[in-house]
Amino acid sequence: MIRTTSLRFTYQNTRAHTFDFPDIDLSPEQNALILGPSGIGKTTLLHLMAGLLTPKKGNVFIDNTCIQKLTRSQLDNFRGEHIGLIFQRAYFIKSLTLLENLRMREKLSKKTTDPLRRKRLIEQLELTEVRNKKVHELSEGQRQRLSVALGIIHKPTVILADEPTSNLDDERCARVISLLKKEAQICKSNLVMITHDQRVKSHFQKHIIL
Amino acid sequence: MLATFVLQINKQLNHHLETNSKPFDMVIGAKGSPLQLVLSSILHIDNPTGNISLNEVLKIGKNPLVKEIIPVSYGDNYKGYRILGTSHSYLAAYDATLQEGEIYNKPFEAVVGNYAAKKLNLQTGHTFESSHGLTKNGLETHNEKPFKVTGILKPTGSIIDHLIITNLESIWHVHEHHEEHTHLEEKDEQREITSLLVKFRNPIAALQLSRFINKKTTMQAAFPKFEIERLMGFLGIGFRAINSIAIVILLAAGLNIFINLIKTIRERKQELALLRTYGANTFQLVKLVFIESLFLSLFGTILGWFLGRISIWFFSVFTEDAYGYHFVFDAPTSKELLLVGAVVLTTFIAAILASLSIFKLNVSKILADA
Repeated sequence: MIRTTSLRFTYQNTRAHTFDFPDIDLSPEQNALILGPSGIGKTTLLHLMAGLLTPKKGNVFIDNTCIQKLTRSQLDNFRGEHIGLIFQRAYFIKSLTLLENLRMREKLSKKTTDPLRRKRLIEQLELTEVRNKKVHELSEGQRQRLSVALGIIHKPTVILADEPTSNLDDERCARVISLLKKEAQICKSNLVMITHDQRVKSHFQKHIIL
Repeated sequence: MLATFVLQINKQLNHHLETNSKPFDMVIGAKGSPLQLVLSSILHIDNPTGNISLNEVLKIGKNPLVKEIIPVSYGDNYKGYRILGTSHSYLAAYDATLQEGEIYNKPFEAVVGNYAAKKLNLQTGHTFESSHGLTKNGLETHNEKPFKVTGILKPTGSIIDHLIITNLESIWHVHEHHEEHTHLEEKDEQREITSLLVKFRNPIAALQLSRFINKKTTMQAAFPKFEIERLMGFLGIGFRAINSIAIVILLAAGLNIFINLIKTIRERKQELALLRTYGANTFQLVKLVFIESLFLSLFGTILGWFLGRISIWFFSVFTEDAYGYHFVFDAPTSKELLLVGAVVLTTFIAAILASLSIFKLNVSKILADA
């Protein structure tokens, strides 16, 4: 469950850029797509929702917790537990293997680890064969799929995905979308996704256009 | 590494010089440099200053303030190991005891220091021929008169381990052979030794006697302790210089650690930002950087320490052959522990400064810059 109220954000650089975002209110298990041209602040909105940025005005509520009222380290803990981020560009801990990256993610979420879930996710994302490889040995597509796994492994309340399908072919794109939707359902999470990808639009009913 | 090397060499060299010179209060020898006299007669490094008459020095022995005199005479070697003609009390002065065999009693019998015996492969009952001079490859060999090994000494940790010891007569006989035409008859009056090692009953006597010897005779008296202190004073300048260099290097290394840490944090800021999105808080990231840098610096220190010790070992192989000094693989001294402390402290400070940037980590910006 995620709700935002009159969010405003200003970048503190040379040409001050102010964004005002429409309110978002998703009931449990409701998914949404964020659409809009580049530079309109889609990623900014996602980061505001994840608590990575502090809004100038307005609040973000996740499971009825106002994340703006948390202290810095409380917010870090909260984020680890409730939010799953999937980035536009995949980031990993380079010195660890695929499996170790996943376990690290689970450990930092401070939730009980679930080896069966981990194994199932790896299988569904076709990563079983490369699970003991270092992340730099993975292909671009494998990395993106690992990034998806890292976003959902810890059963977050909200899955925030930033163009997770941009590097995948049609077949895998469809599979990743359906996996994300299914996982969101299993974990009773909200799935919020930014995309440019025309292939994705038809999979979501709610579209938020900036 | 450099610092531990210098600290150890300094300490062990001091120790060696002290053990070697401790038994004797004064050396009497021919006029020349007192340092040379001490170096040659006690440490067996340099060449002797010349010879002195036995009769003349025996008079000194009659002085009631003198506790003990030990005449030494040398000038020959066997494969680079000095053959020292002296009385049995020389061995007693260094607390040297036999490991096997018997003490020498007749001319051309000799006992061999432990290290020398090992290096020369000498055992009780073996014979060897001495050659003239104090260094290896002497041109003349006294092959008419071979020495017989009657015993091997236990290791003492002093210079005696590197010597071949015989009685005074052996040395005289070896050289008489060459000069037999000139003085066979008058040998008793003409007996010469290289130097006389003296022990006193009290230190005041030493001053009186040395003044007398230096003024009234053709000989000179030197105090090993004083000369070695002087020598260490000369060396001390070198040690201090190297130590200062080591400190400068240490400071540079500290700066280097700092720069490297900052670089690492910058290079890995994506990973650090990612860990933040995974739920790690700033404190955990700082801890991560600290543990990493402390681990690296400790590892580096230990490695450096070992390298220092290995250098000492190589250095030792060289000095053992050249001067009979050998440096052991010693446990860390308190000074070295202090050094380790300094390195860790430097790293600690560097880590604190470097981790300041973690607090300013802009997670959103780092991860959005695709």
